[in-house]
Amino acid sequence: MRWASAATALTPFSESFLPRLGAALAEAVKEYPIIWMQHSACSGCSVSVINTIHPSIKNVILDQILPGHQLYLNYHSTLMAAAGHLSTDAAMETAKKHKGKYVFIVEGAIPTRDGGIDGTLGEEDGKPVPMLEWVRRLAPGAMAILAVGTCAAYGGIPAAAPNPTEAKGIGDVLKMLSISVPVINIPGCPCHPDWFIGTVARVLLYGVPSAKELDEHGRLKVYYGKSVHNRCIFRDYLDDGIFATKFGEVGCMLEIGCKGPFTHADCPIRQWNSGVNWCINSGAPCMGCTEPGFPDAHSPLYQRR
Amino acid sequence: MRVKVAVDPLTRIEGHLGIEAVVDNGKVVEARSAGTLYRGFEQILVGRDPLDAVQITQRFCGVCPTAHALASSQCLDNAFGIMPPRNGRIIRNLIQGANYIQSHILHFYHLAALDFVRGPDFPPFVPRYEADYRLPEKTSQEIVSHYVQALHIRLKAHEMSAVFSGKMPHCASVVPGGVTVIPAVDKITTFLWRLKELRDFIDNVYIPDVLTIARVYRDYGEIGAGCGRFLSWGAFDLDDEPDVAKRKRYFRMGRCVNGQLAPVDPSKVAEDVTCSWYKAAPPAHPAAARTEPDRNKAGAYSWLKAPRYEGAAYEVGPLARAMVNLNGGPPELGKALDQALTELRWKRENLCSVMGRHLARALETQALANAMADWVLQIKLDEPVAVAHKIPESAEGMGLWDASRGALGHWISIRNQKIARYQAVVPTTWNASPHDGKNQPGPIEEALLGAPVGDGNNPFALARIVRSFDPCIACAVHLVTPRGRELGVARIV
Repeated sequence: MRWASAATALTPFSESFLPRLGAALAEAVKEYPIIWMQHSACSGCSVSVINTIHPSIKNVILDQILPGHQLYLNYHSTLMAAAGHLSTDAAMETAKKHKGKYVFIVEGAIPTRDGGIDGTLGEEDGKPVPMLEWVRRLAPGAMAILAVGTCAAYGGIPAAAPNPTEAKGIGDVLKMLSISVPVINIPGCPCHPDWFIGTVARVLLYGVPSAKELDEHGRLKVYYGKSVHNRCIFRDYLDDGIFATKFGEVGCMLEIGCKGPFTHADCPIRQWNSGVNWCINSGAPCMGCTEPGFPDAHSPLYQRR
Repeated sequence: MRVKVAVDPLTRIEGHLGIEAVVDNGKVVEARSAGTLYRGFEQILVGRDPLDAVQITQRFCGVCPTAHALASSQCLDNAFGIMPPRNGRIIRNLIQGANYIQSHILHFYHLAALDFVRGPDFPPFVPRYEADYRLPEKTSQEIVSHYVQALHIRLKAHEMSAVFSGKMPHCASVVPGGVTVIPAVDKITTFLWRLKELRDFIDNVYIPDVLTIARVYRDYGEIGAGCGRFLSWGAFDLDDEPDVAKRKRYFRMGRCVNGQLAPVDPSKVAEDVTCSWYKAAPPAHPAAARTEPDRNKAGAYSWLKAPRYEGAAYEVGPLARAMVNLNGGPPELGKALDQALTELRWKRENLCSVMGRHLARALETQALANAMADWVLQIKLDEPVAVAHKIPESAEGMGLWDASRGALGHWISIRNQKIARYQAVVPTTWNASPHDGKNQPGPIEEALLGAPVGDGNNPFALARIVRSFDPCIACAVHLVTPRGRELGVARIV
């Protein structure tokens, strides 16, 4: 098996944390405080990101995400030990102490109806604090904002018609609040771990990417530059005129709703879950989950667009 | 002295949840739990193509999307009058089984363990509630190293699921009538190898760690008992009987009340809205209930409805499955549970507790993983994976299934070949439900009663009890809660 990493994970913990002690001595390791907040989300992007294999998730959250670069996950509601005010205070303290230096990671759309009352996180003086308010507090001091997943980037599922909570992607929310901080979108339902790690690496190694590295939807072209269709493993079926007309039938899936031609992502070459499979290889049409129009522009999902 | 203790947000669960408890002399005498996010899925689903429900409802939750894929596809199978062929049935079971393993390992190590094990002194392990870490330093370090190992091993369970589902989270290949994936020997091989590694981890790491913690926190074999009534819809179809109540399932459908088994009739479920912010109405079956918000309703304090079976609150989840399957379910599960209880010098009553829930979760993971090794070899490479479907002009459908966290029901009404109505009653709605018209608390609220919290400054006991249910709020919440009803007592946290 190629899974040698399980063996390294078995290392007693005092040893496995040695790189961190080394960091304090060498001073060569750069440290980046992270605030990762989940808004109108399903946690699927967090669950997906912890499926990273290179670097391992241990490297990402406990160690160095890149050699010489260390993330400090000061707030992440699903992973952190703290709860209640202890947790939200940690977020505020990070924003104050590391102004202009922390990365704000947004997962999920932001509900904006009635001041954001449909989604709250914690309470102050007996009143719930809307997620919209957390964006108002935490976004302005960030060095960059990463929108993880299609909901955070463009609104996604919660923003699907009739958009009952007036949910928006972070870019639109910042415009609404007149906050100007660079946003890099890493869409997908969920976001692929490689897309996330690569985008973080881009920011840590070279700073915020220039406009020419991003496409018109704010995504890094290196991951989202080409259509799924152009690199599809089922192109030969298209060339041979073999089309699937029902589920479980082999053939190009345009007739049963494949949105590959309208979808930009490198799924055909990268694949999912350590490369074991991806949607089209499992006989399912591409849903176009990395696009701003997901899901409405691609609905009905199983009908030809 | 009566004081109010609040933990909001309660972290290390899926979704957004706040907890409030009234404490008298160091013990909880009244408890309220409330979700804090509304996304409006019921509204989003109306008017869409029925087929899209399998994809949209998976987005309720990125931790247990497969359960929604399964309940939703079975709901559509039921509405369309079709049953998947053998391959489709088995592959659906494998996709779901892999996610049970993933979800249970993640819950124990990454969501619950830090309540009992002191992590290292840097984020995300600090800050934390500083109290009552009882394990010796060396044991703590070992379990923390398993926390790290579990991050890798749960990823392999996701890979197993993706081998047949296309990707995880949010699987692509589950559809009404079966699945889309064509099985081949490479998929079966890669699945079996990963399963072997996971079984090694479950047998040699996960179960021993649960037992280690149970031995040291023996009082948690009594704390957090709950309501003593259990319900399971059952899961993992073993035949293709169209009537779900008669279908043979690996975990069977049933109830257990005060230790007595009882059959279950899905028509006896009703949602009570007495203490929920919805327009007052008598309790109604999910296929008929309305969801009309009323934010100013007197006496209401939660946006969760209160599902009840014949008017009573029921706990759902791994403990409920254990209680329903202890006698007459998979023999290996009953045996493993009894063996663990003997080792801990506990009785079956001790299962109804914080530690009992962790134990039931770990031991069902083991039984299921072993069963899956047989199921995958029952796939026939030359047989179909799906039957054709036709969307009817008008139909009703019901999908009953046990998610890793417990009983999950989906109900659909189709009119003009579109979704006219879609309703889901999810595990956490059962477990975290508010009081009802008869003033009965929900199972989590009842489990919190009597919990020792001292002065309330470090309310770890509350967190331990609530997390033992593995709440998944993203699935459960219809609407936002501004806050629980003001109880008129001092705020501490």
